[in-house]
Amino acid sequence: MRAFLAIYKRELTAYFHSPVAYVVLVCFLAISGYFFYAGVSFYSLASLQVMQNPMMMELNLQTHLIAQMVSSAAVILLFGTPLLTMRLLAEEKKSGTIELLLSYPLGDASVVMGKFFAAWTVSAILVAATWLQLALLAPMTEMPWRTIMVSYGGLLLLCGAMVSFSLWTSSLTESQLVAAFLGFLALLLLWAVGWAAPLVQPSLGELLKGLSLGSHFQNFPKGLVDTTDLAYFVLFMGLFLFLSIRTLEAKRWKA
Amino acid sequence: MIEVRDLTKRFGATVAVDRLNFTLDQGEILGFLGPNGAGKTTTMRILTGFFPPTSGQAFINGRDVVEEPMPARRAVGYLPESVPLYVDMRVEEYLRFVGEAKGLAPAEAKREAGRCMAAVGVDQRARQLIKQLSKGYRQRVGLAQALMGDPPVLILDEPTIGLDPGQIVEIRSLIRGFAGSKTVVLSSHILPEVAATCSKVVIINQGRLVAEGPPELLRTGRGGGNSLKVRASGPAEGLTGLLEEVPGVESVACSLEEAPGGGCWFTVETGVDDQVASRVAKAVVEAGHALSELSPVTASLEDVFMQLTTSETSGGEEAA
Repeated sequence: MRAFLAIYKRELTAYFHSPVAYVVLVCFLAISGYFFYAGVSFYSLASLQVMQNPMMMELNLQTHLIAQMVSSAAVILLFGTPLLTMRLLAEEKKSGTIELLLSYPLGDASVVMGKFFAAWTVSAILVAATWLQLALLAPMTEMPWRTIMVSYGGLLLLCGAMVSFSLWTSSLTESQLVAAFLGFLALLLLWAVGWAAPLVQPSLGELLKGLSLGSHFQNFPKGLVDTTDLAYFVLFMGLFLFLSIRTLEAKRWKA
Repeated sequence: MIEVRDLTKRFGATVAVDRLNFTLDQGEILGFLGPNGAGKTTTMRILTGFFPPTSGQAFINGRDVVEEPMPARRAVGYLPESVPLYVDMRVEEYLRFVGEAKGLAPAEAKREAGRCMAAVGVDQRARQLIKQLSKGYRQRVGLAQALMGDPPVLILDEPTIGLDPGQIVEIRSLIRGFAGSKTVVLSSHILPEVAATCSKVVIINQGRLVAEGPPELLRTGRGGGNSLKVRASGPAEGLTGLLEEVPGVESVACSLEEAPGGGCWFTVETGVDDQVASRVAKAVVEAGHALSELSPVTASLEDVFMQLTTSETSGGEEAA
């Protein structure tokens, strides 16, 4: 436990001692800020039109603004998390520090878990930073807080899943670039694989939806918590953490 | 304290370590010698639990490094050859991290960090980033890292490589200071370093044990005896006879080549007596010859290897 905490603390400090966390944070806020601005502009234009013609559409703050904000944050994080995690194991292997780390009396699991939680914490900070946008919105209207909490809970789970996955890609290689690229491509595929469901046989379609990060995420911005989705994310994280630990162990045996 | 039994490590078809056996008692400093690629680092990595052996066993403090990795690793401080440190951390911050990763409580880790920084002389650099330190200071931080948690066994892979002469002397005297209190395995391919620091020597070549014994083993490769190189002017035969009569001299060989600047070269084999050189000098000068050079011959590691490996294969007469 002490070793886990030591690694968690070190990794977290390392994020904020190097430019990585700041660069990702700034880029993330700039892009999500743009989406927020575009969303709010569209929403105010639409509400003006709805005021004149109430029969046109039913306008709802959650569906037409917040859900979109959350979904766009999810897509930006798809790009961002591999950048956050690429360093975690690949750099240790490249610089040889892993040799020293593994000579300490700590388990491979503490190493992987310490790094995972550190990266998850940083991604949670990114997600939390978007509350600035909610804070701008709050004085102007009545906020659907409960749905918002569910959406953000889903976002955190998604982050955990993406961090665990790209941590695993970082354990596969010594090159940070390869780790990030592999993580990003595979996450993009996992995110979008559900979209193909209507185009293939129904049984295959169900499988694709079952595998897809995107399909399991889509209920959260609607304020719906489905235990299937919860189980999916928890198992997803568990699987890739397990694989990361195993990859690290295998490196010991092969090295 | 450390015991290695029939240790073998294969990487695919290459055999890095081949049925290696040696033991080391508490408080001894072992010089682990061999040319590059002899299997020193591989053996050390097995001892520190980085990877397991293909067959055979290694024990630290009586704990098998594969079966009981945690107690074994708790007893070991390790400094790899490349000194891989987290260069973005500050010295003290890094050492505290190491302490906590080794399982110390944060307050304890802080105290240990202070103690180890003082022990290796980096306490003035506590707040500096490791990447700003010179190679010598990084080496010290690496050593401090190994000392964290006060492990009874230290495994140091080429601890003086890449340092300047002053730093080498400092690191060596630091290591010598551990004699008696810590068990140290020190790998090197620099002969005088081992002779100056260690109480026991293990020589390996191509993964195999070539010789094991006290550091005197290295002087001639035969476990005792020295040789002198003498340049004197005068008749070669007369001088040979003169030198042979000096007490302590075992044999004299005269090189037929004329030395530049006149005189002849003689190689004088002597016993382990330190006084022989002065007696040789006196004898030459008193007989009225000019003595222009007298120096001890220290066998290079390559020579020692040549001797040890050839004597091994030719029936082991000399190695006995």
